[in-house]
Amino acid sequence: MTPLSSCLLLSALLFAIGLAGALMRRNAILMLIGIELMLNAANLNFIAFWRYGPNPEVLTGMMFVIFSIGVAAAEAAVGLALIILLHRHTKTTDIDEVNAMRG
Amino acid sequence: MGETADQFFVILQHRIVDHAPANLRSFFSSLLSVIAILVVFALLFAITTVLERKGLGRIQNRYGPNRVGPFGILQPIADGIKSLTKEDIVPQAADKVVHFLAPVMLVLAAFSLYAVLPFGRNMVLANLDAGVLFFFAVSSVMELTIFMAGWSSRNKYSLLGAMRAIAQMISYEVPLILASITVIMAAGSLSTVAIVEKQAGYTGIFPHWFVFTPWGFAGFVLFMIAATAESNRSPFDLPEGESEIIAGYYTEYSGFKFALFFLGEYLGMFAISGLGITLFWGGWSAPFSFLTWVPSYFWFFAKLLTMIAIFIWVRGTLPRLRMDQLMNFAWKFMLPMALLNLVTAGVWRFLPQGVLRWLVCGLLVVVPYVLLGRGLAQGWKLEKRVYRFAE
Amino acid sequence: MLFTIFAILTVAGAVAAMSLRNLIHSVLALTLAFAGLAAVYLQLGAQFIGLAQILVYVGAVAILIVFAILLTRDAGASPQSIVSSSWIESGTVALVIFCVLAWAIHHSAASRPAVLPQPEASMQQIGNVLMLRFALPLEIVGVLLTVALIGAVTLAMHEKQEKQ
Repeated sequence: MTPLSSCLLLSALLFAIGLAGALMRRNAILMLIGIELMLNAANLNFIAFWRYGPNPEVLTGMMFVIFSIGVAAAEAAVGLALIILLHRHTKTTDIDEVNAMRG
Repeated sequence: MGETADQFFVILQHRIVDHAPANLRSFFSSLLSVIAILVVFALLFAITTVLERKGLGRIQNRYGPNRVGPFGILQPIADGIKSLTKEDIVPQAADKVVHFLAPVMLVLAAFSLYAVLPFGRNMVLANLDAGVLFFFAVSSVMELTIFMAGWSSRNKYSLLGAMRAIAQMISYEVPLILASITVIMAAGSLSTVAIVEKQAGYTGIFPHWFVFTPWGFAGFVLFMIAATAESNRSPFDLPEGESEIIAGYYTEYSGFKFALFFLGEYLGMFAISGLGITLFWGGWSAPFSFLTWVPSYFWFFAKLLTMIAIFIWVRGTLPRLRMDQLMNFAWKFMLPMALLNLVTAGVWRFLPQGVLRWLVCGLLVVVPYVLLGRGLAQGWKLEKRVYRFAE
Repeated sequence: MLFTIFAILTVAGAVAAMSLRNLIHSVLALTLAFAGLAAVYLQLGAQFIGLAQILVYVGAVAILIVFAILLTRDAGASPQSIVSSSWIESGTVALVIFCVLAWAIHHSAASRPAVLPQPEASMQQIGNVLMLRFALPLEIVGVLLTVALIGAVTLAMHEKQEKQ
């Protein structure tokens, strides 16, 4: 296993774990945690390709990750504000309970 | 002669490390530096506890501790024995693992902060390319450990104290980092060694320290206020004030764990003063050009002791700020001033040297300070205009 | 060797984050996963990214999540199961995705051994690239963060009571 493929495998594993958690757990905050894990896995992918790929001096991988970290932080802030607002209205963070608009 | 005295510890380290096999030399030299840092700063912590209690006592018109040893200087030994032999009480409902890990992680993070501070010429443990960023990253880990301490005790007061402490620390991190960014902009590098080297020159007998420029002075004041808030020291010690919330987030800690919290907090205070010295006061460089024969590490520790004295003085003099006053101060006053400071530093860089530069930058710093200070004191608010008509 | 340790730490943290019942424990495990990832970045030579990961994720996002958990706590422990009603399908989807990705990695050019020297990414270079080539994305991210800040504050603010 080359270093690059082991990094990519770790990234794929983290992505799958994050996806499984985001889809399987009931609590809205845990969904957000799963999404953050998925974003981190993608960042790891970029850094691995920056390190082991062609043209590392252009620093494209690093730049993408810098912006990705910024966007992920903004998204976490807004997502958590929405969850707090949801809790204030429905007194629960269980996403299976929030089905008032179904049907 | 002056050169040897200045590089005394570096030469000593080389002599000791030369006894080791060649491939382990760098490991042993780092190990030696780490042991030196641990010993020196633990000793400084012990000395500071006595100095603080005696200093506060004198400010409050009483003697400090004066029983143990002449003038009470052996008090830290007594404190150490007491904290080691006290019973370690953990509440039954507490989260055992997190309760145990919190003080350990705090002290770990606090000690790692010293890795990027240059104590003298060629005396830095890790010359990282992004030294200042490393410092801020590790100090943000300390906030998480405070939350762990407050939450794991399953005590309402601890949790409340922890939440207040974290809100305060993240609010004051913004002006802290903005004030440091002005220095980084002026020095052109994130490495602490490069920042100190930029300030090591002299014009005539006066040094090139950043604190002797208008933006540097304002930046230093902002940095010091934010550093006081980051270390949860008075006048920002509402989260841990004894008369407010018992002991805040470390209510349920006793014995050695409490001593570890105390140690971690003071180490954080020393580290952030060290960073302030590195960024604004020229690190290890001497204040006048005719004093450069004194070794560089002497100047660093002299400046560090001066800063500690200022911290103790401020603690004994100013009253405690209330939580909402604290937060208003950070977001409504310090953040705009820090942003204006950035602009001033940019203007300083591009104006030609001379009186005009000092005048313009001085006005750019002083006028908003006066206006904003007066405006906030009179309670100006941005809200919809309300009309009152005559009936 | 060092990479293996950090990888195991990260995966353990991620699995614990997704499967623990207590929310705060799961956030602390997530913090461990973030720290493990930061160690991997530092080991790959991306110094700025590793330190920025600790500063932003461990120092800000984790604390944000913790505050949100504390503000949305239910009074008693919820007795129902912690997984949602469609957990079998979700688990299968995630497993299938992982298998496809692993197969793709195994059969791609990434698995061919090639030794590449450590690229240099000094602060000067990063600053240069940010200010010259990526200046527009930088400004856009600045605007985005300001909008997110104002939006989050507006959403979570208590509504002012109208005085009659």
